[in-house]
This record gives sequence, structure tokens and C-alpha cells, in this order.
Amino acid sequence: MIDVRNIYKTFTQPHEVKALVDVSTKIEPGEVIVVCGPSGSGKSTYLRCLNRLETADSGQIIIDGIDVLDPKTNINQLRAEVGMVFQSFNLFPHKTVFNNIMLAQQVVRKRSKQKAQDKTMELLEKVGITDKSEVFPDNLSGGQQQRVAIARALAMDPKVMLFDEPTSALDPEMIGEVLDVMKTLAREGMTMVVVSHEMGFAREVADRVIFMDKGAVVEVGTPEHFFTHPTHERTKLFLSQIF
Amino acid sequence: MLKKSKNRRQFNRPTAYYIWVGVFFLFLSILIGSFYYASQKIEYIWRWNRLPIYFVYKDDIEITSEIDGEVEAIVVKEKEATITIKGMGGSESYQVPAGSIGVEESDLIMPGDTLAVYQKWKPGLLIIGLWFTLKLSVIATIFGIIIGTIGGLSRVSSNPALKWFTIAYIELIRGSPLMVQILIWYFVLGTLINDLLATYGFGRLSAFWYGVASLSCFAGAYVTEIVRAGIQSIHRTQTEAARSLGMSYSQAMLHIILPQAMRRILPPLAGQFISLIKDSSLLGIIAIRELTKAAREAVTASLQPFEIYLAAAALYLVLTFTLSMYVQRLERKMAIV
Repeated sequence: MIDVRNIYKTFTQPHEVKALVDVSTKIEPGEVIVVCGPSGSGKSTYLRCLNRLETADSGQIIIDGIDVLDPKTNINQLRAEVGMVFQSFNLFPHKTVFNNIMLAQQVVRKRSKQKAQDKTMELLEKVGITDKSEVFPDNLSGGQQQRVAIARALAMDPKVMLFDEPTSALDPEMIGEVLDVMKTLAREGMTMVVVSHEMGFAREVADRVIFMDKGAVVEVGTPEHFFTHPTHERTKLFLSQIF
Repeated sequence: MLKKSKNRRQFNRPTAYYIWVGVFFLFLSILIGSFYYASQKIEYIWRWNRLPIYFVYKDDIEITSEIDGEVEAIVVKEKEATITIKGMGGSESYQVPAGSIGVEESDLIMPGDTLAVYQKWKPGLLIIGLWFTLKLSVIATIFGIIIGTIGGLSRVSSNPALKWFTIAYIELIRGSPLMVQILIWYFVLGTLINDLLATYGFGRLSAFWYGVASLSCFAGAYVTEIVRAGIQSIHRTQTEAARSLGMSYSQAMLHIILPQAMRRILPPLAGQFISLIKDSSLLGIIAIRELTKAAREAVTASLQPFEIYLAAAALYLVLTFTLSMYVQRLERKMAIV
């Protein structure tokens, strides 16, 4: 589903940082991958390279047979197939919850109003916010906002969902409601790449955990392997720090 | 009301608050009083009663015959009357209001003879001026918004041709006085354009349109900067969210960035267009009879500069105040979040 081969990414502004160094991953359809690692390890950059919000300097990224880095690729078409959820939700503040979910369906997918409305209602139900559909995002709690953001991404019927630290900006009591929605998605067979420090989530639903450090993949394995007997010193240190 | 009581609470004693309110009105009256006193000292005779004719006045309208002949018939139909004059070559009819007729049937008429005299209300100089100022400002505002939006989008574009052209435009307009720009528009560009138009058999463009062009281009440069700042004030993450859903750059601009930017730039935009109304007073120099020019003409005719210039200032205030009230309402309506 997602085949990443030897990508490099170096930021030159404000000073030179090697964000990704020779990263290769292969993700199968329906897999749930949790990417973790210390801050500055390049995990967000890796995720953002997948839908070309950042352009990798070299290497190859193939998603569902489409070459992401090929300049001839219609990137908008690809992005519609790859949903993304951000740490800070990034809902559209000038639109109601309902219209946040409607907009891209009509503009990008060119769905009829009726079809888009049906889909929106279905998704609001799925994330459990039917009663707030006419509310503006700023009047929602963080957890509610993030669930709307997930519904907004799902409205495009994506083949892959990318989550960039979806619970990091949330108050502790709201993390659960967002993770529940993500678990449901995982159970339904969605291919998911989740950058997160939620080790409980990783243990429960992840098929594999990727540990990154200093822009490189250090260790890949099942949660079982990862949490019980990690092989690398760096992984052990990281795990000892967060538990 | 709410604001007032909040201010009042800042004072320990309510009387202190009202004393300061009193001070305000006292100073205002002293200011106005000393102005009046000074005008008395130079023996200026205030004649406010002469002012109304510069707003509206009754004008005598004479209907005169164009042929010579004989009044054949006068047919009165309710408030309208038709006077028919039969001459050598044929007959002619004139429509006049009943009651204004100054001829009788079978009167002999020479060309130029008065058939009827009646009075009609006409807008005075200041109202004509106000109307021109309003027309200029509205049209220039519309073009200013169009230029500013296109300019703002070009300014944030990564295309160097668009970007540099816009920067050059902004620097050029902001770096030279509006008065000079108006003169260039009328006497340089106007001459060229009108000559070209004449060459291809079109009519001339009037000074009015060169006035509109100069004001629009001037305001457009400032609006461009306001729009640019508005776009850049919307956080990059909004664009990312829109693009990650598969929207193109222009779709993201249209649906996400511009509507949010619009709300933010409304106050500076209003300030800009209030300036535009005031700047239109310079257009008298290319013989457009806007409010200031009209006021000057009225002063020449009446020799009452004090009343007329004060009245002109008040009329400008009416325009600018209406606009700022309207924008405030719009802001409140848009501030749903």
C-alpha cells in the first residue's frame, strides 16, 4: 500500500537539519502502524512526506501504485485518497462543523449536495457529534474538534489515513474519545499511519511499531516485540523515559 | 450604554465622572464660542439662510416657441396642457403644466416668445457636488477592491512576473503624491488614450473616468497591501488542512483563506475607503465638479465661505460616517465565531 524507499529530507531553513536519512518502510493494506520516537526524530516529517506536504529530496514513495514524488502525478487527486489528521486539528473556523465536513466532498469529490449531506450525517454519527453539527469549531472542546477533523478526512473515502500526533494537544480526559474513534477505524480495516506517543494505543491496535531517531528508522517490530524485548539501546532508553 | 457604565466604574465617585463630562462640553462650547467671537471681530456676517439654495432651489423654466404663427388650440387635461401653434410650414405642440400658460388662443406668436413659465425644484451646487463625490467614490471603491484582490493574490504568488509587477506597482503608487498621479492620469495618459480612441473612431473619455482611474489605482495599491497582510495572517496550517483534503491552491484560496482573510481586513479596508472619499476632493483640479470644487464655486457665487465650507465638511462627514457605521455593522454580522 505504502512503499517508501530510501527517502532523504534536509531542511536548510533556518539552519541545516537532516530530518530524514535513508528511510525505507513498507506498509501493507489494512495495517496500522504507529511511529514513535523522541522529538526531532523526523517522524512528523516522514508522515508529511507521504502526502507531499513536504517534498522528500530523494528516494521514492509509492502509495497504491502512484508515485508521490513524480512531478507529473496529480497531487490533489492523490491527497484526496490520503486522509490526514493534524495535531492542532486545523478545522476551518469560518465554517460550521457540518460544512467543514461537506466542503471538500463537494469541491474535490464533486459530490451532489444530497450525497454529501448523507455522508456527512453518517460520519457525524460515527464520531459521535451529531448534536453539534451547526456549531462553529471554536465552540467545541479539543476532543470534539479532533473527532470532527477525523470525520472531515474520512469524508473523502481515503484509502490511507495519516495521523500526526492526534492526541498531543488534548487534555488528558479527552484523549480516550479520540483514540476510540481511531480504534474503530483500525478494526474496520483502514490502513493507518499514526505518529503518536500513546503506547497503550500502540499495544492495543498497532500491527507494527516503527521507532525513529535522528531522522532514521532504528527499529521496526510488532508491539509485542517492541515493548517486551527491544533490541536497540536507543529504543530501550526511549521506552524507559516514557514509562 | 454598557461601555459608559464600565468607564464610570473606573471613577471612585460618580460626581467626578460627571464633572469630567462637563469639562468636555465646556471646552467644546468655548471652542465654538471663540470661533464665533473671532468671526464677529472681523465683522463676518453669518447668513445661514443663504445656504439652502446651494442644496435645492426653485428655478424658473420658460417654454418658448420655435416657430412663428398663431395659437391654434390650448387643451387642458388635468394638470397637463398642450399648446398647439399653427404656422406657415405646419404646426407644433408644447406640453406645459396647466396654470403656467401665458398665452391665449388666436394669439400671434413670434419665434422665441414665451408660451409658459413655471418653477421647478433643482439640486443646488453642493448636492450636485455631493452626488459626484458619491458616484466617484462608489465606482473607485469597486475597482479598488477588484485591483486590490487581484494585486494581493499576485503579491503572495510565487510567480516572479506577478509578484514583481505588483511590488513595482505598489512602490510606484505609494511613492508619489496622489495630486501628481491625478495630473498624470488626465494630462498624460488621458491625452494619449483619448487620441488613440479618436484614431479608432471612438468617443473621448470624460475627466470623470480619469478621476475614477486615478483614485482606483491609488486605493488599489493600498488595498493590495491590506489583502496581502490579510492572507498572510491566516495561518499556514489552514492551507495545509485544505490541501491535504485534495483541494488545489485556488480552491483553498477561494474557500478557506480568502473568506477568513476578508473578515480580518474589513477594518483597515474601511479606513482605506474613507480616505478614498476624502481624497476625491483633489479631483477638482481636473475640472470634475465634486463636492470641494462645487463648494468653491458656491463660495465664488455667494461670498459666504464660512457657511459653505463648513457645510461641505459636514457633507463629507455624512458620507464617511455612514460608511464606517455600515462597516461596523458588517463586521458584527461576520463575527460569528
